[in-house]
Amino acid sequence: MEFLSYLISGISLGSVYAIIALGYTMVYGIAKMLNFAHGDVIMVGGYISFCAISYLNLPGWLSLLLAVLVCTVLGVVIEGLAYKPLRQATSLAVLITAIGVSYFLQNSALLIWGAAPKVYPPLISGTLKLFDGQLSISYVSLLTMAACIVIMVVLTTFTSKSKMGKAMRACSEDKGAAQLMGINVNRTISLTFAIGSGLAAIAGVLLCSSYPTLMPTTGSMPGIKAFTAAVFGGIGSIPGAFLGGILLGIIEALAKAYLSTQLSNSIVFAVLIVVLLVRPAGLLGKYVPEKV
Amino acid sequence: MKKWISLLLAVCMLFTLVACGGSGDKDTADDTDTSGETADAGTYVFGGIGPLTGEAAIYGNAVKNGAQIAVDEINALGGVQIELKFQDDVADGETAVNAYNKLLDDGMQVLVGPVTTGSAIAVSAKLYEDRVFGLTPSASSPDVTSGKDNMFQLCFTDPNQGVAAADYIAENRADSTVAVIYRNDDAYSQGIRDAFVAELKANGMEAAYEGTFTKDTATDFSVQLTAAQSAGADLVFLPIYYQPASVILSQADAMGYAPTFFGVDGMDGILTLEGFDTSLAEGVTVQSPFSADATDDATVSFVEKYVALAGETPNQFAADGYDCVYALYNALNEAGCTPDMSAEDICEALVATFTGGFSVDGLTGSNMTWSANGEVSKAPNIYVITDGKYVAA
Amino acid sequence: MNRLKNMKRTTKANFATYLGVILAFVIVTILVNNGMLKRSHMGLLVPICCYIVMAVSLNLTVGILGELSLGHAGFMSVGAFSGVIAAMSLAEAIPYAPARLVIAIIVGAVCAAIAGVIVGVPVLRLRGDYLAIVTLAFGEIIKELINCLIVGHDSEGLHIVFNYNGSKSVEDLHLLEDGIVIVKGAQGTANVTTIASFTAGFILIMITLVIVLNLVNSRSGRAIMAIRDNRIAAESVGINVTKYKLMAFVTSSALAGAAGALYGLNYSSMQATKFDFNTSILVLVYVVLGGLGNIWGSIIAATVLYVLPEALREFADYRMLVYAIVLILVMLATNSPAVKNVLIKIIPHRKGEEDNG
Repeated sequence: MEFLSYLISGISLGSVYAIIALGYTMVYGIAKMLNFAHGDVIMVGGYISFCAISYLNLPGWLSLLLAVLVCTVLGVVIEGLAYKPLRQATSLAVLITAIGVSYFLQNSALLIWGAAPKVYPPLISGTLKLFDGQLSISYVSLLTMAACIVIMVVLTTFTSKSKMGKAMRACSEDKGAAQLMGINVNRTISLTFAIGSGLAAIAGVLLCSSYPTLMPTTGSMPGIKAFTAAVFGGIGSIPGAFLGGILLGIIEALAKAYLSTQLSNSIVFAVLIVVLLVRPAGLLGKYVPEKV
Repeated sequence: MKKWISLLLAVCMLFTLVACGGSGDKDTADDTDTSGETADAGTYVFGGIGPLTGEAAIYGNAVKNGAQIAVDEINALGGVQIELKFQDDVADGETAVNAYNKLLDDGMQVLVGPVTTGSAIAVSAKLYEDRVFGLTPSASSPDVTSGKDNMFQLCFTDPNQGVAAADYIAENRADSTVAVIYRNDDAYSQGIRDAFVAELKANGMEAAYEGTFTKDTATDFSVQLTAAQSAGADLVFLPIYYQPASVILSQADAMGYAPTFFGVDGMDGILTLEGFDTSLAEGVTVQSPFSADATDDATVSFVEKYVALAGETPNQFAADGYDCVYALYNALNEAGCTPDMSAEDICEALVATFTGGFSVDGLTGSNMTWSANGEVSKAPNIYVITDGKYVAA
Repeated sequence: MNRLKNMKRTTKANFATYLGVILAFVIVTILVNNGMLKRSHMGLLVPICCYIVMAVSLNLTVGILGELSLGHAGFMSVGAFSGVIAAMSLAEAIPYAPARLVIAIIVGAVCAAIAGVIVGVPVLRLRGDYLAIVTLAFGEIIKELINCLIVGHDSEGLHIVFNYNGSKSVEDLHLLEDGIVIVKGAQGTANVTTIASFTAGFILIMITLVIVLNLVNSRSGRAIMAIRDNRIAAESVGINVTKYKLMAFVTSSALAGAAGALYGLNYSSMQATKFDFNTSILVLVYVVLGGLGNIWGSIIAATVLYVLPEALREFADYRMLVYAIVLILVMLATNSPAVKNVLIKIIPHRKGEEDNG
């Protein structure tokens, strides 16, 4: 029974990682950039939703909608101002700019909302008790897991079926060829950022509901973990990000429970290294051999 | 292109150097201005170092605001004036030393701080070399003061807190099964845990479960809580700050685990956390030197002023910062110092005063005295949170 | 004068780099000796030296070898802690501080080099962003392992305890009475005798430059750059890819370890958490802003960007915000084609140079 409850806390943590990783992997797949500011967009989403609930007294779902809206706009603005001028530059230049954006968001949040941590009011409270109360799952965890699966399915369908999704895949394969086929590459990339940032807002709200604390630095560590999860599953692959996130959460929880709470992060990273050595492009990533 | 980048950077460097020089000149000009205005009694320059940005910004800002209130009160008396210059160190030893050097340039005579332990150890070595007096409001490791005769602490040391908590538990809850959850990459948390576990053993008890977390794994505590529950713990000792503690309380509540939680001074502030459901903290035992709910005049007036300044209820860090300024001010008066004395002369005079039976009453304790090794002696207070308020246990 | 003209272009450029660093050292030393520098400037000298060495060594991995490393601070950390342990344990055996400093730096470099081999062998089989994430992973692992380390020294020698389950403390070292505790787990090092000096930092920079510039301009260096530009072509002409990659990576980590040892001995206290992902990124920013493969650029960028947040102290609360904006603007200014075109129009320059930027 203990094992089951460890497993469930792992899956619930993993679902949060997975939602963040989905946004990460979308942006990476199309723009081929590591967007280190993604974690901080999550933090902004959390704060917007928090303000909507606490100061404007809006219901939870409306605050979520507002957070998604604000973050989508924020994502497009960041992309337009900071990343678009660097479309031709090296990927490292974009990486450093993304880090600059990350610092910018964190410090803006510090000035706007102050350094004091805020406690996020739960969207839904209560727990589901199973087996005479021996096993308990909070409704927030269930919601997170469900949201994670829904988002994964919607995204997969979107990229494989819709016209815009196909355009995205074309851009990710070959930007030049996509341009020649009449796809507006710039607009597609902006759209990807919009979707990625919207997802970040949802992730922010769910992260804060499960682990109810909000600080200007709240997003940075989950951001890095989600990046790890995305790579773990094969970066650029949507089912891969989902799988990577869930597995990462489970490994972390079981490592804490049975091996060492001190070294749980190291164990997660060690597993990642081993997996990448066996499968150099992650679990579900495509391994593309170099052409001569 | 590389050349142009280098050129650009070189120009930037020149610009920053010029900016440094320029601002430095401005500072000295300011100094002479202020001393001109209050020429009769003169102005002390108090330095302050603490994290104003980054992860630990809450603690640095609290100390800064608390100290500022004390400074304003003293300045309003007329007579000797104090100017508080507070610098950011992002809770990092390296940046703290840079901030310290900057403060020396700005004419600092005594230091309030640094706020965090790592920074305080790094800076206290410099204070000792330069013979500048330092009183830290909250850096609680014994390493901060050890071997340095001019560095003093206003807060309890980590070992003292751990020992006091273990003794309290052995006295009042001897039949309980104890678990500890602490942050193992944090000097403060680890220091209290080490002393607590050792003292518990000395009292014939032991910790049934010990779980840790780090800065990077401070989101999810359900595994540690489940393990503590399975170990049968009915008392969980939390030598950690209130922000992770708030998550632990709400997660324990969600899984229906309700042991007695026992916190130390870092737990203070949990009740005023914005959005926190105080009913979760019902029955939590806190060992804290300061209670914002106290009804004495000094605390009431301090809380009022703090709310007006910062828009939030002060925690013990703010009270420590406030007490630091008053302790220094009283000691300076008692030692017969004047603002025109050098930092070095003030330092020797203050060391003699602080170790010579000097005592001060403050928000965090009455009749505080200091021993030669820099430790403060004051009575620890144990509170139980009842109806969202501290009630003395 | 004739000789100077006959020198190869690269030799001239290297010569200029050495000369520039020596000149900077002489100027700063004169300023210090005449009391013309303020305390706040003098305090920055040693850390600047450390970060310059870090930036130059990371440039070897990122610029010359062409692999993105996000865990460089991990090697600095290994060097810092091993260097401090060496210096503190030898305090009685070798009372002469500069000699101890040299030994500490060598120990730091050797330990970091060993860590470099352990990390490098698996890591360098991967490519691109996968390699980047694994270096990040190793950086975090090193940080957590050092966090569990408790080390003491007494007349019987070194005592080391690895606190993997959180229940060990300093008492478990069983030190004799004359013992000192050097590393206390999460509490890190405390009360270290600070023996680092600006002169030592300068010498370390010069040694780093000699090593890196000679490596780059040697046969091995050309092999390394060939791998960066086209791995398959390099392999097909018989270059041992693994060997040269490892050579560059290990040299880079050893130099980071040396910088770490100098850093560790400049502060009386440091914690393993200092050397996290953010510090790795900080150094990476120096390298990218200074120009990939451009050693002189790394030196200037490290100096400017280290001084910048300190110079911005006047902005008080807005300090880090201004820093972020400056960082974004500089990246845009140096990499955006629009800005580049303006620069090219204004400044006439030799043919083909814009390709290098």
